[in-house]
Amino acid sequence: MRLQYLFDLALVLTQKEIKVRYKSSFLGYLWSVANPLLYALIFYFVFKVIMKFNIKHYTLFLISGLFPWQWISSSISSGAGVYVNNSALIKKIIFPRSFLPLVQVLNDAFHFVVSLPIIAVFLFIYHMRPGASWFYGAPLWLVPTFFITLGLALAVASINLFFRDLQYFVGLFLTILFYLTPIFYDISFVPRRYRPLIFLNPFTPLITGWRQLLMANTVNTHDLLLSLGYAGLLFLSGFFIYRKLKSRFAEVL
Amino acid sequence: MRDAIVLENVSKVYSLSYTTTGVKNFLTHLPAYIKKMRKRRFWALKDISLTVHRGEAFGITGRNGAGKSTLLCLIAGVMKPTTGDIRIEGRVAPLLELGAGFHPELTGRENIILNGVLLGMTRREIKKKLPEIIAFSELEEFIDQPIRTYSSGMLARLGFSVAVHIDPEILLIDEILAVGDTQFQKKCLDRMLTFKKNGSTIVHVSHNIPQIKMLCDRVALIDGGRLREIKMAEEL
Ligand SMILES: Nc1ncnc2c1ncn2[C@@H]1O[C@H](COP(=O)(O)OP(=O)(O)OP(=O)(O)O)[C@@H](O)[C@H]1O
Ligand SMILES: [Mg+2]
Repeated sequence: MRLQYLFDLALVLTQKEIKVRYKSSFLGYLWSVANPLLYALIFYFVFKVIMKFNIKHYTLFLISGLFPWQWISSSISSGAGVYVNNSALIKKIIFPRSFLPLVQVLNDAFHFVVSLPIIAVFLFIYHMRPGASWFYGAPLWLVPTFFITLGLALAVASINLFFRDLQYFVGLFLTILFYLTPIFYDISFVPRRYRPLIFLNPFTPLITGWRQLLMANTVNTHDLLLSLGYAGLLFLSGFFIYRKLKSRFAEVL
Repeated sequence: MRDAIVLENVSKVYSLSYTTTGVKNFLTHLPAYIKKMRKRRFWALKDISLTVHRGEAFGITGRNGAGKSTLLCLIAGVMKPTTGDIRIEGRVAPLLELGAGFHPELTGRENIILNGVLLGMTRREIKKKLPEIIAFSELEEFIDQPIRTYSSGMLARLGFSVAVHIDPEILLIDEILAVGDTQFQKKCLDRMLTFKKNGSTIVHVSHNIPQIKMLCDRVALIDGGRLREIKMAEEL
């Protein structure tokens, strides 16, 4: 009964976000994929045309990293504001407060999943094709991506109530992380002695793992295990911070 | 008679300084900040003890800023008391605000479902009660329009209609009976009286003395965060 309720709550709230997004702009779908595609275009121009990067199928390479990154960064940056922007809900009603960041993450996850066909289209353009491995690979990779993102979203959303300028730091932090994650460059470009360092970034195995699945149709178990480790760590820390702070949410709003 | 709500020496302190600062301020003025945080405290409620019996309608009144809403938030569990103890027996429906989570772009029907799950109902329960809720709101004609086209009274009707269909054991009401036109207000009050007759416990915060007299058995007067007195409603 309780479980049924929690499921309904997540479902109805997520449906609402998706409905609202598609209702207010009828090009909703295109809009949600436009951002990473635009980035792909710019990076293609800068790094392929001008800098002459030697990466095969660079467009595909870019979007297979940019689409998952879009999910992560959108959830964390919008997630930072979910409590501040929904003060009426926090102050006036009782429901599991962790569901606001959760719904944000589910919403962006939905948009990520429905953008996968675009990647398939680009594969066909390059005379490649998505493999059957997508059917088990994608769910496998959704798990760590979901928990890493949720953990961080929970933490920033909660802390942001107490330090309202955290939102701006989050934006800055995400920009820095974007450059420190192999999204528009390949991990092999990183000098060998910095390799371990770049794997300290939890998004590194995540992005390279998604890319390997989407471009080569294989699941990299090493990256997957590392990502699951990060997911456990970040989700538990995020949830711990949320748990510590949640009883004071209503009074600081 | 069993007790539905028991408060023992409940106090609530608000710290006034968190919200205005950010990370930057905090780090650059750490010592001053900690000192300030200690000083800027506000006792919104002091040492409140009271008992609401099961099936009773209990009024709370007092001047603006007296602490009535704070008290209701504590009973609802939206906030925790700083000191003291609160015991509740029964499923609580905090009707502190109408239409929680309403989204202007969605239709009345969609918003009923949204508001309903936020108030603790499953989709199935809501779907079952949907016709009843719509009928109570008397908004059949407009129910499939986005609610941004509603008047504020219509919004209040919609919110109220969902709220009164939760079937709670304990209802907490913060000045929300004063919504809609006179006819609808009467309907709301009747609904509350029905709840009461069916054995629900009601805590009702209001400035409206006639309304309190009509609905409540006992009334507490709060002033400056303290409980001044508890009277029978007729004595008001
Ligand atoms: N989140 C908060 N942080 C700091 N102070 C608060 C907060 N909420 C309320 N207060 C203070 O606590 C006191 C009591 O507020 P409360 O909202 O409980 O009053 P009230 O009796 O409901 O008033 P009204 O009749 O206007 O609704 C007020 O002085 C208010 O300034
Ligand atoms: Mg009030």
